[in-house]
Amino acid sequence: MLGLIKDFIDFLTTPTISFTLLTVLTPILFPPTDWFDKLSRKLKVDKLWTNKGGFVGLLLITIFMVMGYTDPNFSKILMKPDNFPIVLLIYSMFFYIWWGMKQAYENDARLAEGKKPNEYHDPDDKVLVWPDLVYIEFIALLLFMVFLIVWSLLAAAPLEEPANPASTPNPSKAPWYFLGLQEMLVYFDPWIAGIVFPMFIIIGMMAIPYMDINTKGNGYYSFKERRAGYFIFMYGWLVLWVYLIIVGTFFRGPNWNFFGPFEFWDPHKVVALNNVNLSEYIWVIGLEKPLPSNILLREAVGFLVVFAYFAFIPLALSKTLLKSMYEKYGSIRYGTLMFFGLSMLALPIKMYLRWVFNLKYIVSIPEWFFNI
Amino acid sequence: MSNNKKKRSLLNTIAESQVWKSIFRSGVPRTRRQRMYAVLGNVFLHLHPARLPRHAVKIGYTWCMGGLSFFLFVVLTITGILLMFYYRPTVEYAYTDIIDLAEQVPLGIMRELHRWGAHAMILTVWLHMLRVFMTGSYKPPREFNWGVGVLLMTLTMFLSFTGYLLPWDQLAIWAVTVGSNMARAHPFIGHEGPGASLLAIGDINLVHSASDVRFALLGGRFVGEATLLRFYVLHCIAVPFIAMIFMAVHFWRIRKDGGISGPL
Ligand code: HEM
Repeated sequence: MLGLIKDFIDFLTTPTISFTLLTVLTPILFPPTDWFDKLSRKLKVDKLWTNKGGFVGLLLITIFMVMGYTDPNFSKILMKPDNFPIVLLIYSMFFYIWWGMKQAYENDARLAEGKKPNEYHDPDDKVLVWPDLVYIEFIALLLFMVFLIVWSLLAAAPLEEPANPASTPNPSKAPWYFLGLQEMLVYFDPWIAGIVFPMFIIIGMMAIPYMDINTKGNGYYSFKERRAGYFIFMYGWLVLWVYLIIVGTFFRGPNWNFFGPFEFWDPHKVVALNNVNLSEYIWVIGLEKPLPSNILLREAVGFLVVFAYFAFIPLALSKTLLKSMYEKYGSIRYGTLMFFGLSMLALPIKMYLRWVFNLKYIVSIPEWFFNI
Repeated sequence: MSNNKKKRSLLNTIAESQVWKSIFRSGVPRTRRQRMYAVLGNVFLHLHPARLPRHAVKIGYTWCMGGLSFFLFVVLTITGILLMFYYRPTVEYAYTDIIDLAEQVPLGIMRELHRWGAHAMILTVWLHMLRVFMTGSYKPPREFNWGVGVLLMTLTMFLSFTGYLLPWDQLAIWAVTVGSNMARAHPFIGHEGPGASLLAIGDINLVHSASDVRFALLGGRFVGEATLLRFYVLHCIAVPFIAMIFMAVHFWRIRKDGGISGPL
């Protein structure tokens, strides 16, 4: 029975399955439109943001962790001292998002009744920093220090064999907080996954306050007033960052092959790789001709696709579906939002192209290290 | 000065002494006025305003995460200084110094506190960002401080990354090798990046494996002696220095942007 459950979890965690599940689940957890909101309430997913829901969530995570720590294969990975932060990551992301969403839903209900949010107090009724805040800070600091000392006493900092440039460990992993980027390397070349995406993430995050012109929900937890922004942020944060880190740490074994949590890390696991470039699809398979020797001709369709994606889609949307939004946002803000939004969306798109069509590169010019 | 008619506690006696008053200026803060003065008159406490709206001191609102991030930064600075007493950043000594740290130094959990504290700080910074997002606190007038925060988060991760190399074990050099290999593919300034071959004078490539951005980061073509020194200096001096400047701006701006966010 337990074996069956573990097999099932291994199956569920396969990137194709788990990524799809999460992608479908995010708009139900953080419904961006009325339609999703109704669906979420019908499926009772909104009950997650209540005391009972939080308890069930923590219980499920704990059951999974207990199964993990008692499993001969998964415990090897979980017990690595440097992987403990991922356990904390899973618990804390769930707990704090739950805590925030619970307050947001409570405030949404208050606002619907025409009341002020819970955070609101009479502006003249202020508290003194000494003692009210100083004491809270002091207690928080003490508790946190105790936690850190206990952690340090229980788990020794790891030290492996002395550095040896001649023996590469398999798998070689970056520190855990970069494993989202390393996981992107499966789908993109290093110049995109390691340089362009990180830059876009940093600049795109800094641009959030300038792209989000919704002035509501400033200074209190709320969801309903800002649901579209919430959905986009949570999808990027939870699925394209946190989830990829968890996959990279827990589920990537030798040769960066995928292994379910309860699976043995077999170094000889062979996964057939027969990925095909877009140019090969078009010239060799479609037109049944050899690849042209002119690089630009060979990759013309790929360039066109990329160009259309970043230029044509925003332009077309601004004239049709998103016309009112375009007028409200102005061209610069609209363009920025579209550019970063589409860049973010490029990751799941490329992942599905890989899984469904074995597509390797849309534009492939290895001669110039230019593969997209 | 002394008023012998009233019976006084030890605390009061101390708080009225010349030494105490010279340091803190006021006695035990009992009245509203004294309490406000206690905050305003203290260089550390006056990062805070003297009074706050009620919701701002609720743990449910800020989760204490910004404060804990800063606290961890302080813990890491102190434990880091202690570690520097024992650690020499050379290929010859680095690894054995780390072993000595565990085996020879009494009560040796400094390395643990430093390492787990660093992991914890990444988590608290992420959670802090999450709460700022969920309360919409990045909205005007706090747009700029959100940007400063994003840079602080990047610096926190880079601090952690540079520190990862210092034990000079297998974990360290390969994690840093994997991480820094990306720099090789930097457009234009990485030798395996798109556009690098355009930067050439005649037949001579300007960007090659001994002149690109990865070489600048590692001080060589691979992770070696020069890298260890470079990462040591970045980790112990350069990045904390920059992070401290950004933190000063961050805290200053919280006050200038009207204090902690809240509903109107
Ligand atoms: C080293 C990292 C950081 C430290 C030490 C730090 C510290 C703090 C502290 C102590 C506060 C006061 C309120 C609170 O505790 O929540 C604060 C507020 C703020 N932080 Fe940070 N922070 C850091 C990183 C970040 C990041 C990554 C972001 C966002 C991306 C950010 C954005 C903000 C904003 C917008 C405020 C104002 C919030 C409000 O008024 O409600 N900070 N920060």
